[in-house]
Amino acid sequence: MIETLFAYATLRLIWWVLLGVLLIGFAATDGFDMGVGALLPFVAKTDRERRVAINTVGPVWEGNQVWFILGGGAIFAAWPALYALSFSGFYLAMFLVLFALILRPVGFKYRSKRESATWRRNWDWALFVGGAVPALIFGVAVGNTLQGVPFHFTDDLRPIYGGTLFGLLNPLALYCGLVSLAMLVMHGAAWLAFKASGPVADRAAAVGARAALIAAILFAGGGVLIWLGLFGGYEVTSPIVWDGPSNPLGKTVVVNGQAWLHNFRHAPWLFAVPALGIAALLLAAMGFRARQAGLTFLMSMLGVACIIATVGLAMFPIILPSSTHPGDALTVFDASSSRATLRNMLLATVVFLPIVLAYTAWVYRVLWGKVSEATIENAGSTAY
Amino acid sequence: MTNLLLVELSRLQFALTAMYHFLFVPLTLGLSILLAMMETVYVMTGRTIWRDMTKFWGLLFGINFVLGVATGITMEFEFGMNWAYYSHYVGDVFGAPLAIEGLMAFFLEATFVGIFFFGWGKMSPRAHLAVTWLMALGTNLSALWILIANGWMQHPVGAVFNPDTMRMEVSDFVAVLLNPTAQAKFVHTVSAGYVCGAAFVLGVSAFYILRGRHIDLAKRSFVIASAFGVAAALSVIVLGDESGYTITDNQKMKLAAIEAMWQTEPAPASFTAFGLPNMQEHATNYAVRIPWVIGLIGTRSIDEQIPGILDLVQTSQAHIQNGLTAYSALQKLKSNHADLAARAAFEDARDDLGYALLLKQYVDDPLQATPQQIKDAAWSTVPSVPSLFFTFRFMVLFGFVLLAVFLISLWYTMREAEAPRWLFQMALLALPLPWLAAELGWFVAEFGRQPWIIDGVLPTFLATSELSVFDLAITIVGFTLVYAILAVIEVTLMLQAIKKGPDVFIASAGGFGVLAKIASRPGATAPAE
Repeated sequence: MIETLFAYATLRLIWWVLLGVLLIGFAATDGFDMGVGALLPFVAKTDRERRVAINTVGPVWEGNQVWFILGGGAIFAAWPALYALSFSGFYLAMFLVLFALILRPVGFKYRSKRESATWRRNWDWALFVGGAVPALIFGVAVGNTLQGVPFHFTDDLRPIYGGTLFGLLNPLALYCGLVSLAMLVMHGAAWLAFKASGPVADRAAAVGARAALIAAILFAGGGVLIWLGLFGGYEVTSPIVWDGPSNPLGKTVVVNGQAWLHNFRHAPWLFAVPALGIAALLLAAMGFRARQAGLTFLMSMLGVACIIATVGLAMFPIILPSSTHPGDALTVFDASSSRATLRNMLLATVVFLPIVLAYTAWVYRVLWGKVSEATIENAGSTAY
Repeated sequence: MTNLLLVELSRLQFALTAMYHFLFVPLTLGLSILLAMMETVYVMTGRTIWRDMTKFWGLLFGINFVLGVATGITMEFEFGMNWAYYSHYVGDVFGAPLAIEGLMAFFLEATFVGIFFFGWGKMSPRAHLAVTWLMALGTNLSALWILIANGWMQHPVGAVFNPDTMRMEVSDFVAVLLNPTAQAKFVHTVSAGYVCGAAFVLGVSAFYILRGRHIDLAKRSFVIASAFGVAAALSVIVLGDESGYTITDNQKMKLAAIEAMWQTEPAPASFTAFGLPNMQEHATNYAVRIPWVIGLIGTRSIDEQIPGILDLVQTSQAHIQNGLTAYSALQKLKSNHADLAARAAFEDARDDLGYALLLKQYVDDPLQATPQQIKDAAWSTVPSVPSLFFTFRFMVLFGFVLLAVFLISLWYTMREAEAPRWLFQMALLALPLPWLAAELGWFVAEFGRQPWIIDGVLPTFLATSELSVFDLAITIVGFTLVYAILAVIEVTLMLQAIKKGPDVFIASAGGFGVLAKIASRPGATAPAE
């Protein structure tokens, strides 16, 4: 049993799943922080209302953001080639994300430290940028990944990237950016509807219902675009070596417009994942209307999870396809860390992730309850 | 051939962002522990002044903490962005401590820092104290994992090059964790953080005492900071990072460069207190030497020799020759993975592969290198002696000055008599020193590691991403602007909060002390937090 669990191929599969878990954990937690930032100018008009919106995430954004940091670290450790290629390849886009993500924590912490209206308005813009820009760019990155990215390796396995920032901003990628933005705006609205009170929650519910519907339509539309073959697709045609050394060179991959549907056609039950995603998004839209905040938030989370899982399932076993040198694509079975590292990291995850989830749950329980203008009034200088 | 401008810009960007990040980290390390100590006194004695102190210093902690977090995001992603070949080459080993840092330490720190601020009054005093200690624990564990990663760059134990995957892979994870260089760095670095926290509390308290404001809070803070400061400064000096410098040839080179020690001296070697190192003449002019001292510090023994730079260059040259054997075998293996003879030859010499890569700065194919190029490559393993020589001495000087400041402060706080005014002026003046010392320390550690990004394994000039100079220029300008603006804002807010003082916390009769019990009786007004 332990032998099978720690077999190289199994470990690679587990880490592929964990990569998805991390991305979903990031989107489900930090995602609503970003959504709240993007919604800030629209759902909260007065300074008090803005403070209500900000303070719903005030105590938890730091912990939530660790999903993002951990995502970076885990990709570095478990998929070094993916880390090296995607971060250097999407260089200027990553810089924009970094820029936005640096503004965000500072915005949360510093915004209400001064009374000046200009000061607060500027930080509100920083929070808007810090929420909307990464939400959009993460989607753009996924859109480029689906289409293939222009890269190859030298025989020393030095990654060489041949694209530009503007190449990344192509229509199909921007379409995926909109899916991501709509999804995280919905998620932020679901959080606000659940956690805020008064007009902020009302407006959030109204925006959220629309965002959920748009996310559902765009996501379904994305499926149609893939079915039409517009995104292209890549298929490994040489036999897959499940437990060979992690060297992406020496396999053959062909371009095939229907490749991203192969897994679904091969195992039709997988269609349950995108179907569940669309159902969850529609239920969330209804939940916003019915003001069932708790249920809406859960449905929103489920919708986000299914969207991310669908992308992973469509591409498996490919993680990052190359548009210029298809054979150099990174796959689950040739781009991972060594067996020892995957095993050590799995042990660390098995020990620490439950602990993290336990104390995170405790913190959310301590903070249970709605945030209102009165809460902020009473909190004095501890509130944001 | 490598684009040297790209390499230099990548290094500049990393230095800027890392040194900026480390303006905030040491204060977070030190203040988190001080906060936990103050709150412990509050919970044990029930005296609300200690809770107010925790809240006030906590406010300043928060202003600093958030920039540490924000600039830390850059660090986590910069390896992949600017150092793609490095990331691929060592991600198998170097990535794991970073990931575990997130999982085990940063989650703890970040989750509890939120509840530290927002949890006052929402839980029992003991529960809140536990939160504060967990936050401090997370902060310190975070430093442990980062320094395990950094220590491995200085002394890459427990890993070998795998010719099938063209990268370093872990062979002994426990050795990576228990790396003596990493342990020495961890103790030295967190102690430096504690010194920073103590100097900060000491300096700000001294400011209040000089102004005659918030005397109650300031005096208590001054006492705890001077005691904590003495312990921390002693630890940072006694457990100096140098203890790890005798392990490998490259660390020995760093030590020899710091000491500007060109020739091997009979043990125990003398310490050059002052001098002007000359890279061309391989000599140190106007040297003032103190016999025995460096031999004792460096080796913790009286009979172990510390090799000089000239001897170490000879050693490097031998490593390069052996590295060429590994490199040649690797080329054969690349074209035929089944070549058993080449594999055996490679495994015999693989530890020196990195030395052959040094030649790539002169010639595309190291196997074609001339004897002169081999000699140049051997000399390229000598880092810049004068800059290390001076930065190290200033770091040490600042460390001793801080120890003296803490000792004098502690001496006066333990006496009955009124402390003289100059004591507080001195504490205020000493405020910038821990930051200067810490930045100089990182310079010595990382600049002294050159030309290697991973000591003896991968030269820095090979490790970058394939970016354009334009990409680097944009991001360096971008980071500089954003970071400069944030620095101004941070300092302004910090000064504003210090000027405003702790009254806002003392005035609020809330919380969970004795006053809160009175306040929460029926009919009384609700606690204010």
